[in-house]
Amino acid sequence: MQTNILICGVGGQGIVLASKLIAAASMAKGLHVMSAETIGMAQKGGSVFSFLRVGDEAECPMFCEGSADLLIAFEPAEAVRMLPYLKKGGKAVVNSHPIMPVTASLKASSYTGDEMIAYLKENVESLTVLDADSLCKELGSPKVLNMIMLGNAVRSGALPLDIDEIENAIKKTVKPQFAELNSKALRHE
Amino acid sequence: MHKEFLMGNAAIARGALAAGLNVISGYPGTPSTEVLETTAKCNDGSVYVEWSVNEKAALELAAGAAYSGARTMVTMKQVGLNVASDPLMSLAYIGVKGAMVVLVADDPGPISSQTEQDTRTFAAYSKLPCFDPSSVQEAYTMIGEAFEYSEKYHTPVLFRPTTRVCHGYESIDVKDTEECKTYEPEGFVRDPSKWVIFPKLSYNAHMKIEERNKELSKVFSESGLNPVTAGEGRKGIAAHGINFAYVSEAMKLLGASAPVFKVGTPFPFPEEAALEFLKGLDEVLCIEELDPVIERALVYVCGKFGLKTKICGKLTGNVKTAGENTVGSVCENIAAFLGLESPEKEKLPPAPELPVRPPVLCAGCPHRASFYAVKQAMKGKKSVFCGDIGCYTLGNAMPLDMVDTCLCMGAGVNIAQGIKKVDKDTSCFAFVGDSTFFASAITGAVNAVYNQADMTLCILDNSTTAMTGHQPHPGTGRTMMGQVVDKVDIEAVLRGVGVETVETVDPLDLKKTVETVKTTAEKKGVKAIIFRSPCAVLIKPEKPAVIDADKCRNCKKCINDLGCPGLVLRDGKAAVEAALCTGCGLCAQVCPFDAIGGVSHAD
Repeated sequence: MQTNILICGVGGQGIVLASKLIAAASMAKGLHVMSAETIGMAQKGGSVFSFLRVGDEAECPMFCEGSADLLIAFEPAEAVRMLPYLKKGGKAVVNSHPIMPVTASLKASSYTGDEMIAYLKENVESLTVLDADSLCKELGSPKVLNMIMLGNAVRSGALPLDIDEIENAIKKTVKPQFAELNSKALRHE
Repeated sequence: MHKEFLMGNAAIARGALAAGLNVISGYPGTPSTEVLETTAKCNDGSVYVEWSVNEKAALELAAGAAYSGARTMVTMKQVGLNVASDPLMSLAYIGVKGAMVVLVADDPGPISSQTEQDTRTFAAYSKLPCFDPSSVQEAYTMIGEAFEYSEKYHTPVLFRPTTRVCHGYESIDVKDTEECKTYEPEGFVRDPSKWVIFPKLSYNAHMKIEERNKELSKVFSESGLNPVTAGEGRKGIAAHGINFAYVSEAMKLLGASAPVFKVGTPFPFPEEAALEFLKGLDEVLCIEELDPVIERALVYVCGKFGLKTKICGKLTGNVKTAGENTVGSVCENIAAFLGLESPEKEKLPPAPELPVRPPVLCAGCPHRASFYAVKQAMKGKKSVFCGDIGCYTLGNAMPLDMVDTCLCMGAGVNIAQGIKKVDKDTSCFAFVGDSTFFASAITGAVNAVYNQADMTLCILDNSTTAMTGHQPHPGTGRTMMGQVVDKVDIEAVLRGVGVETVETVDPLDLKKTVETVKTTAEKKGVKAIIFRSPCAVLIKPEKPAVIDADKCRNCKKCINDLGCPGLVLRDGKAAVEAALCTGCGLCAQVCPFDAIGGVSHAD
């Protein structure tokens, strides 16, 4: 069994940690994991994506377009940007809250994210759209965005993992004072 | 052995520690930085770890320790090798007693570098053995072998992963503590005939080096570092590094089974292994990133041994000459070469226009304030702004648009000096960060002072090496191992080398900074302004700015002048992105209608 996952979004959203938790939970099950990240030059604000491959059949950390079983997108335009990587019939979990780049503000662009969600609805059969930023507000912390996304990814059924397995990985990876909030966010629907 | 999920750079560090590393030094540079950081983190106290002031200093330190019999490693990115090349070229003749691995991370793309130079080519130029790992697991084991070869042949060796190996992650087999080696260096043994370079020594050493490399070519051929995977047909594929992994993946996708030659030691090139591979092949496709090193070597081998095999790759137009390869591009290259169909790609309808996300300064970054202040101060005056390497290179982005030149670490100072020599009625500025100042702009400042330059040197001091992930440097008063030391004072350095006017400002105090720039720039000679404010990523943010809707007249000056990610357009009006805003207060000072408040610097 080989699962190819692509996580994408904008620098500063916690994508790298989400990727590491899937990896840690998979390894705890004895599954082979490879991953690769592209994080860009700036500390924050650039397009960030992480390729993640769970299973024994992968030869390298990155995969071809049309190969991802699951696309986890923390931002709607980034979901559209990376959509060519999703395989036919693959699942996508997408945060509908847009992040406006500086260039868009300067050009007074009309980007709202809605056009991206409409495009995704047209072109992805198995799509989950959620307003993860609002869900963060319900929990009182913008920092749990990645956990909310991860929880939804698990519930999509496209990962070879369940919530408890991710939760165990959180306990081992995340500082104890944040573990409880993260676990809560993971289960927050 | 046990399994761990490691980043390539962490695997290299752990492999080096397992091989008995004693001393490691380096200068931060993407994608190499985490190697040294991991050795610091996993250090039981027995390894000396140092962020040096630049790559040249780092290499010299590692050489001295290796003269004394230690196992040493020095880490840098590919352009860092240019800085370290002076000592390294000579060290190739002198050699080492213990072992010394020069880790140089190459960056095809380039993703975050100035050049697409290939350290494999540098290996041939410097005549040093070179190792090129193809995966995280191989990086872990190969670094140990690199130490063994270095010690056995008394020579520094190059180890050159590329970004995808450095920043790739894999669950790999790692040695348990009791399987790791420890190593007791003998100490320095005085022998001027060995350690002092003179023309005669170099002549003798040169002859020995050529003999050694002939021998190493044979040894590498038999070593298992350059394996040939058997396959079918009269067409073969040669690859290296991560490209070998791409080839394996692509062959699987294409259902192809051509023989594959993986070159793990590009220099000295394993000729005998290559001959074995070429036997019975009509054509070979070389899949490489950066230089066509294997391709040229195979053309040479064919010529030398009279083989008729046709060698294809970058030189023949079969593989693109610049940038990164991907599984997809390699798949297409191989399919075209073998006459196979590329896998069908599903065509998506055209997507809506996607927002571009070019690299920009963070919300609240003090560099934004510094650039803006200089821009305001010099408005309407003929000026040139010479940039440098670091986060502040991003001052080039619109709307700041404050970087007219950028070449390499520390170059801005003397480029500004040179422009002024020709363009005499221009005010010339050089912007340099604190870490880059220590790394390579001090000599530039001395040169400018000595040669009576007329320019303003702007030190953007955010008290860290920000772009590579916040490493300490001489100005931070802390070393890599956390030791608290006396800070090297930038102002004192500048005064010491003869800069008479040295002003220090807080760039987030806009009015005062603009005034200081105006008065300082008018003075003759070399003058300096230190813009001091900590990196926004490292400090606890203040409360976000608040826009008073009654006062805001929607002029958008805050957005259009500053280009701060913390300010966005919402329903056509300027709004604060509270999750990003650090409350630096710059926008409040820029607003002509006093409509932005709630921040500490606003008064």
